[in-house]
Amino acid sequence: MIRSNTIDMTHGSGGRAMAQLIDELFIHYFDNDLLRQGNDQASFSISKGRMSISTDGHVISPLFFSGGDIGSLSVHGTLNDVSMSGAQPLYLSAGFIIEEGFPLVDLERIVKSMAEASATARVPIITGDTKVVERGKGDGVFITTTAVGMIPEGVNISGDRAAPGDAIIISGNIGDHGIAILSSRENLEFETTIQSDSAALHEMIEEMVKAVPEIHCLRDPTRGGVATTLNELAQQSSVGMQIRESSIPINSAVSAACELLGLDPLYVANEGKLICISHPDDAPALLSLMQKHPLGSNAAIIGEVVEDPYKFVQMETVLGGSRVIDWLAGEQLPRIC
Amino acid sequence: MKYVDEFRSGKLARKLAEKIAHASDPNRQYNLMEFCGGHTHAIFRYGIHDLLPGNINFIHGPGCPVCVLPTGRIDQAIHLLENENIILCSYGDLLRVPATERKSLLRVKAAGGDVRMVYSTQDALRIARENPEREVVFFAIGFETTTPPTAVAIQQAAAEGLNNFTVFSNHVLTPAAIQSILQSPEVREIGTVSIDGFFGPSHVSAIIGSRPYEFFAEEFQRPVVIAGFEPLDVMQSTLMLVQQLNEGRYEVENEYSRIVTREGNQKAQALVAEVFELRQLFEWRGLGDVPYSALQIRKQYAKFDSERRFTIPQIDSPDIKGCECPSILRGAKQPSDCKLFGTLCTPENPMGSCMVSSEGACAAYWSYGRFRQGDRAPE
Repeated sequence: MIRSNTIDMTHGSGGRAMAQLIDELFIHYFDNDLLRQGNDQASFSISKGRMSISTDGHVISPLFFSGGDIGSLSVHGTLNDVSMSGAQPLYLSAGFIIEEGFPLVDLERIVKSMAEASATARVPIITGDTKVVERGKGDGVFITTTAVGMIPEGVNISGDRAAPGDAIIISGNIGDHGIAILSSRENLEFETTIQSDSAALHEMIEEMVKAVPEIHCLRDPTRGGVATTLNELAQQSSVGMQIRESSIPINSAVSAACELLGLDPLYVANEGKLICISHPDDAPALLSLMQKHPLGSNAAIIGEVVEDPYKFVQMETVLGGSRVIDWLAGEQLPRIC
Repeated sequence: MKYVDEFRSGKLARKLAEKIAHASDPNRQYNLMEFCGGHTHAIFRYGIHDLLPGNINFIHGPGCPVCVLPTGRIDQAIHLLENENIILCSYGDLLRVPATERKSLLRVKAAGGDVRMVYSTQDALRIARENPEREVVFFAIGFETTTPPTAVAIQQAAAEGLNNFTVFSNHVLTPAAIQSILQSPEVREIGTVSIDGFFGPSHVSAIIGSRPYEFFAEEFQRPVVIAGFEPLDVMQSTLMLVQQLNEGRYEVENEYSRIVTREGNQKAQALVAEVFELRQLFEWRGLGDVPYSALQIRKQYAKFDSERRFTIPQIDSPDIKGCECPSILRGAKQPSDCKLFGTLCTPENPMGSCMVSSEGACAAYWSYGRFRQGDRAPE
């Protein structure tokens, strides 16, 4: 058994302590044949076709929050990035940077949560890396994950394919993740029942792509929220977007928290939502398919793609006026008066 | 969201819009100044312009605490950070306000200055308790709304004997600023700016009441309607101002009667009076030196006053060349009149304070209303 209660420098040294950590923690929980081979890499065969790869660093604070932790998030976040190409993810790799003195019990909790997320998603973690940095040189633990996947034939999903007339669909309530994180931060004294929406979306995407291989764009509105994602897509596709505030699904607790903190929910992060842009004729089928899936039950059509040389995202407000939905400037900071 | 959505109803907005269109006289202009950034923000965030007749013009006032803070005060805070072993606590927006030499608190933080963004004065007190060996300075900013919590923090620090906590007071007063605008040459003599009436502040008035506006409604013969920050509040108040102007009245009316009374929150007023006293002179960006327009900490609480605890030099900080923030804050110019607007000055890289806070007129124009300036270059 691992004797110490905390991570020390020897756990990253390449010596026996590190081997023990890998055996008793990582292999124990992530357990699969490829990992058990004990190589510095994992080798596997693939069928013919196009692949998709994505990598994502996770540095979230706090490490544990309502509805998830850095472990499950590091699995979901990267799987989602890969599957936004329409791909079905096959394998994951994980790199840990751990700060000296980090409690082993917390590390175990994180690794266990990663293992559960990977098992639920049916995407194994097949290779990895562990480094330890001196106390004060990290913030607990950082996790970088990479995922690879295969794109089904005939699928060509890309951020530059939004065309005027296309429908914009969101898969559910916005802002849950960001508000769950904010309320877990110690210096913010408010309590909510809001849970992070952190989830892997590839199974819902598999159904969507099967029904409508012609989907134009998929993207998960993570940092910067829905507003930022729509601006990215408008920029990439050289189009404008017109959305309706009254159609955007949001949990009333999230809108209340945003109201209190002076935040705009359109800019608050999500970790288990996607924005889908498709030909308007395909939208009803996609919408009803998403609404039948547990991760898309609140899906809604929120607007359409329009021609606009300025590439503005505009919104008809609940009041009936209109305004620009701009890129996020800096961090979203609460108003002070 | 109950008690909020009711004040954002599109159906009621359309009804009010019809009433305003019906009441307004097409042969005249209605130039209405919203003093508060909160109103500016609501007007743009909900696109209220789109619902109103073209002869109702909103003139944006100086009621955005970050916007009216002169550069020199931020330079002074930076001086403290660079010369004393302090932790500086402040509200978020302030960190991005440009200071002299292209610095800002955010940049000083990146260079190693210990700047902490806080959400309340209680956070600043906590930081002081947790760091007894360090001096903690709270950069206090805001109108009458944010002053009571600062007063509470100072009294709490005194009661706890928290000797490493001080406040750099930049609290300012609304009535003095409105008076200064009405007395400015642009409004009084040259007549280049015509302000027919005012939307009175909502949160500020919750503290000070509606009585302080009575003097200048009478003296300057301008109607004031205290208005809530929700979009329907702004529309209802627009209707009330239009009606007063049509009838030649200049009274203080209170649309925000669900919160504001004539006398205000007397407990909060008493608390503020215990800790603070009037400053003889305070510089405002845009308005210049305005007498008795700000608060300083009373002698009795001198040891909690950063300006007494530390030696802070007077720093003369010129505004950025070409920046029209001062004229915009007086209502004399619109953001789109500024050559820097949307070219050199954007929310990502603000040159002037009005582009920083979401309550600043420039930020509201740029972030929410940019499509109205169709001739401006796209990104």
